[in-house]
Amino acid sequence: MKEQEKNRIQQAFKEKMDYDELMNCTRCGFCLPSCPTYIETGQNEVHSPRGRIALMKGLVDGVIEPSDEVKESIDLCLGCRACEPVCPSGVQFGHLLEQARDAIYQTNEQSFIEKTTRSFAFNKLFPHQNRIQRATSLIGFYQRSGLQTIAHKTKAIKLVPKDLRAMEKVLPDVPKRKVMKQRPEQVTAIAPRRKRVAFFSGCLMDTMFLSTNDATIKLLQYAGCDIVIPKTQACCGALHGHSGERERAMEMAKRNIEAFEEEAVDYIITNAGGCGAFLHDYEYLLREDADWQKRAADFSRKIKDISSILIDLQFDELDLQVVDQIVTYQDSCHLKNGQHTFMEPRQLIEAIDGVHYVEMTDASRCCGSAGIYNIVESDMSMQILDYKMTQVKNTAAKTIVTANPGCLLQMKLGIEREGLSDSVQAVHLVDFLLQAYEQKEEQVTT
Amino acid sequence: MLDETIRKKFLAIVGNNHFKDDNATLLAYSYDSTAQFQALPDAVITPRDKMDVQAIVNICNEHHIPIVPRGSGTNLCAGTTPLEGGIVLLFTHMNQIIEIDEQNLTMTVQPGVYTKDIFEAATEVGLFYPPDPGSMHISQIGGNISENSGGLRGLKYGVTNDYVLGLEVVLPNGEFIQTGGKLAKDVAGYNLTELFTGAEGTLGVITEATLKLIPKPETTKTMLALFHDLETAAQTVSNIIANRIIPVTLEFLDQPTVKVVEDFAKIGLPTEAKAVLLIEQDGAHEVVERDIATISTLCEENGAFDVQIAQTQEDAEALMTARRSALSALSRLMPTTILEDATVPRSEIANMVQAINDIAKKYDITICTFGHAGDGNLHPTCLTDARNEEEIARVEKAFEEIFEKAVSLGGTITGEHGVGVMKLPYLHLKVGEAGINVIQQIKRAIDPKNIMNPGKIINMSKVEV
Ligand SMILES: Cc1cc2nc3c(=O)[nH]c(=O)nc-3n(C[C@H](O)[C@H](O)[C@H](O)COP(=O)(O)OP(=O)(O)OC[C@H]3O[C@@H](n4cnc5c(N)ncnc54)[C@H](O)[C@@H]3O)c2cc1C
Ligand code: SF4
Ligand code: SF4
Repeated sequence: MKEQEKNRIQQAFKEKMDYDELMNCTRCGFCLPSCPTYIETGQNEVHSPRGRIALMKGLVDGVIEPSDEVKESIDLCLGCRACEPVCPSGVQFGHLLEQARDAIYQTNEQSFIEKTTRSFAFNKLFPHQNRIQRATSLIGFYQRSGLQTIAHKTKAIKLVPKDLRAMEKVLPDVPKRKVMKQRPEQVTAIAPRRKRVAFFSGCLMDTMFLSTNDATIKLLQYAGCDIVIPKTQACCGALHGHSGERERAMEMAKRNIEAFEEEAVDYIITNAGGCGAFLHDYEYLLREDADWQKRAADFSRKIKDISSILIDLQFDELDLQVVDQIVTYQDSCHLKNGQHTFMEPRQLIEAIDGVHYVEMTDASRCCGSAGIYNIVESDMSMQILDYKMTQVKNTAAKTIVTANPGCLLQMKLGIEREGLSDSVQAVHLVDFLLQAYEQKEEQVTT
Repeated sequence: MLDETIRKKFLAIVGNNHFKDDNATLLAYSYDSTAQFQALPDAVITPRDKMDVQAIVNICNEHHIPIVPRGSGTNLCAGTTPLEGGIVLLFTHMNQIIEIDEQNLTMTVQPGVYTKDIFEAATEVGLFYPPDPGSMHISQIGGNISENSGGLRGLKYGVTNDYVLGLEVVLPNGEFIQTGGKLAKDVAGYNLTELFTGAEGTLGVITEATLKLIPKPETTKTMLALFHDLETAAQTVSNIIANRIIPVTLEFLDQPTVKVVEDFAKIGLPTEAKAVLLIEQDGAHEVVERDIATISTLCEENGAFDVQIAQTQEDAEALMTARRSALSALSRLMPTTILEDATVPRSEIANMVQAINDIAKKYDITICTFGHAGDGNLHPTCLTDARNEEEIARVEKAFEEIFEKAVSLGGTITGEHGVGVMKLPYLHLKVGEAGINVIQQIKRAIDPKNIMNPGKIINMSKVEV
C-alpha cells in the first residue's frame, strides 16, 4: 500500500468511525463462534468481529497503519451481522462495517478498477458466447446499478471459470422489458380488505425475479391487502452502502422516502431480506441530516417483510398444500439479524400440508452469498457454501426455501455444484407459498 | 520486530501458514477481554502439535524471546496482552479431544478444546464436566486451567482445579513434563499439577490435560428469588449455606445488572427487584425437590418478596445463559466496564456488598455488582469511560479500597480471574512479602530467563534474574 493511500485511509477512519460504538465492544469474544469467517479461517482473530472492531479502533487510535492485511480483514467480512444478536453489549457491527468500508473505498483510484473490469470481460466472458447470454442479466444489472464499479473497486473479480459456469446455469432468464413494464401501480385485495400496503419491488427482484415479485403481490391480495407500487421507487442502496458507497446509498434512500411517503399505507412490504434490513436502517443512514431524519424514521418504521405480514394476517391458517416432501429453510442473514424475522418464515412453511420440515444445522449461518461477496471473495464464499450444502444434504430436503434473492441464487449455485439439480430445488418462500395456496385452490375447485 | 534469523527459524518449524507478523495479525492478538490493556506482540505462531511447541520454546529459550500462550483471549486480568512483545502462541490446531475413558471417568484433551465441547462430549456419554465459566462457549480448556477458572456451578462442584488430574507441559527449557495421571490418588512428590493449574502461562506451555468427569446428576431445578434491597439478598446467601444446603448455583445480581441483561436476553427477568438471586440445585429427584422447597422458604423468611421456579428446562437454561452475559451486557450503559473479582468467606458476603456500595458512594462512581455469591465471589463492575482520566483515577482508588476490605474480611483480591497484569500491584495485599518471595523463587527456578508470559502474576524485573 502506498504511503499516500495509507494516510488517506487513516484520516478517513478518524473522521468516519463512530468511536463510541467502537468503545462499546468489551472484547468479550461472545461473537466469535457465530462468525462464519472466523470459523472458516480456522479461528483467525483477524477475521472475527472482535478482531475487526479492534482493527478499526487501532486505525483510529493510530496504534497501527492501514495495510493490505487490514483491508483484507474488512473485505473478507460477509456483513452478515450474525455477530449482532449474540453481542451482549449491543454493538451495531453492521454500522461499523459500513463506516469502515466507506473510509477505505470512497475515493479509491479508478484506473485499477477499469483494468480489472476489462480483464474479467475479455478473459472470462467473451471467449464463451453462451456464457455471455445468461451472464448479461446479472452483469447488466451490475452495470445499471453502478455496482460493477464497486465490485471491482472492492477486489479484482476472482471468479474461476468452474464457478462461473455454475453461476450461469442458475441465473434465471431476464424477462423482456415489455413484460416488466406492464404492472399497474395499484392492485386491490382479493379477500376482504384488511390492510393497505405499499410494495417495495427492489431492482434485482424486479428484473431477474419478476415472477417472485408477482407472486408476492398475489399473496398480499389473497391475504386481504390493497397494494400500491410507487413507480418512482429506486434500488434500496444496500449493496452500495455495504461496499463503501455511502453517498450513493443516501441518495437512493432519499428517493425512496419521497416515493413512498405520499402513500397512506400501513406498511411497506419487502420480499428480500437484504433490502428490507437496509430500508429499515434508513433512519440510521440519514441520522445526521436534519431535513431527512424524521422522514427516514417514519419510513423505516413501516418496513415489514412479507412473511411477517402474512403471519399477522393469519395466512398460515388458510388451506395450503404441496406434494409430500422434506423442506428446509435457509435464513436470510439480514432478515434475521437486521429485521429479527426468523420465526415467521418457518411458521408459514410448517403450516403447509405435505411439508415435513427439517431444520438444518446452523440454518442461520450465512450461505456466503452476501450481496456481491460471492463474486469478489469467491474462494471464501465457496468454502462457506460447501459447509452449507453439507448441512442441506444431512436434512435430505427436496426443497430449500429462502427469503432473499442473493441467498436463492447462492443455494441454486450450491445445488448445481453438488450435482443435485435433479433431486433438490431452491425456491423463494413466496413462490412456495403461492404454489401451496393455489394447489389447494385447484383441488377445491376441481 | 524479530531478528530476521530468528524469524527464519520459526518459519522453518511451522511454515508460512502458521507464522504471522503482519500488522493486522499483531493488532488482533494485542488484547484480551480486559479493558484498557493493549500491547503488540512481534509474531503470532500456531503450532500444529506439541513437537512444534517444543521446537518453538527451544528457540525462545535460546534467544530470550517472551512467549505468551493464548486461548481465546477472554481472560479478565490482561493475562494475554504481550506486554514485553515476543510471540503469541495459539492452540487452534491443538483442539482435539484425545480420549474419553469411561472406565476411569476421565477425558484427555489438547489445550485448544472449547470448554463447552468438553461439557457436551461428557454429557453425550452420560458424564458431567462441571466447571462452567461464563465464557464457556468460547474459552479454551488451556485458558481455563491456566486461570483455574470457576463458574456458575462452583459452589457445589468446585473450580477447574478440582477436575484436573494430570498435565503435560513444555517447560521453558524445552523439556516435557507429565504430572499426575488418571489417578484418584497420587502423592509422589510436590503436587505439580496444581502448580501448573492457575499458573497463567508463566511456568510453561500446557500441551495436554487429563480431566476428571463425574456421573451426570439425575435432574436439575432452577429458581429466582427477588429482593427489595441488596443487603437482604446477600444475607440470604449466607443463611442458605449456614442451613447446610449447598446448591449448585447461587448467583447474585443487582438491579442495574438485571436490567441490562434483560435488555439483551429479553426473557422476562424481574427488573423491578433491587436484587435477584439465581439458584440451581441438581441431584436425585426427591433431593432436588426438597432442597428447592427449603431454599424457597428460606428466601421468603429472609425477606424475598417473590420466588419464581423455572417450569421447563428451556426456561432454566435461558436464565443461566442470560446470567453469563451479565458482564458484557453492562457495557451497554457506559463505554468502559472495569470489573473486579474480590472474594470473601461466604459468611461475609453481606458485609462485602455493603462495603462495595459505601466505597462507590465515597468515590462518586457507579458500581454494579453481580457474581457467584455462594462462593463469596463478587464481581463489582465499574461503569466508566476510559477517556475520563480524572474518574479513572477515582475508580482505581475505589478498587484498591475494595481489595483491602476483602482481604481484611479474610478474603482475596481475585477469586477466579487471576492476577495477570491487572492485579499484580495488589498481590502483596493477599500473599504478603513472604508470599511474593516464594512466588518469585518458584518462577525463577522453573523459568530462569523469564520468557514465559513475563510481567504476569509476579514482577521479575525488580529482582536479579
Ligand atoms: C463475559 C465473560 C465471562 C467470564 N466468566 C467467567 C467465570 O464465570 N469464571 C471465571 O473463572 N472466568 C470467567 N471469565 C474469564 C475467562 O473467560 C477465563 O479466565 C477463561 O478461562 C479464559 O480462557 P481463554 O481460553 O480465553 O484463555 P486466555 O484468556 O486466552 O488465557 C488465559 C491465561 O491462560 C494462559 N494459557 C492459555 N492457554 C495456555 C496453554 N495451553 N498453556 C499455558 N498457558 C495457557 C494464558 O497465557 C493466560 O494467562 C469470563 C470472561 C468473560 C469475558
Ligand atoms: S460480543 Fe460484542 S462486545 Fe463481545 S467481542 Fe463481540 S462485538 Fe465485542
Ligand atoms: S458481519 Fe458476519 S462475517 Fe462480518 S464479522 Fe460479523 S459475523 Fe463475521
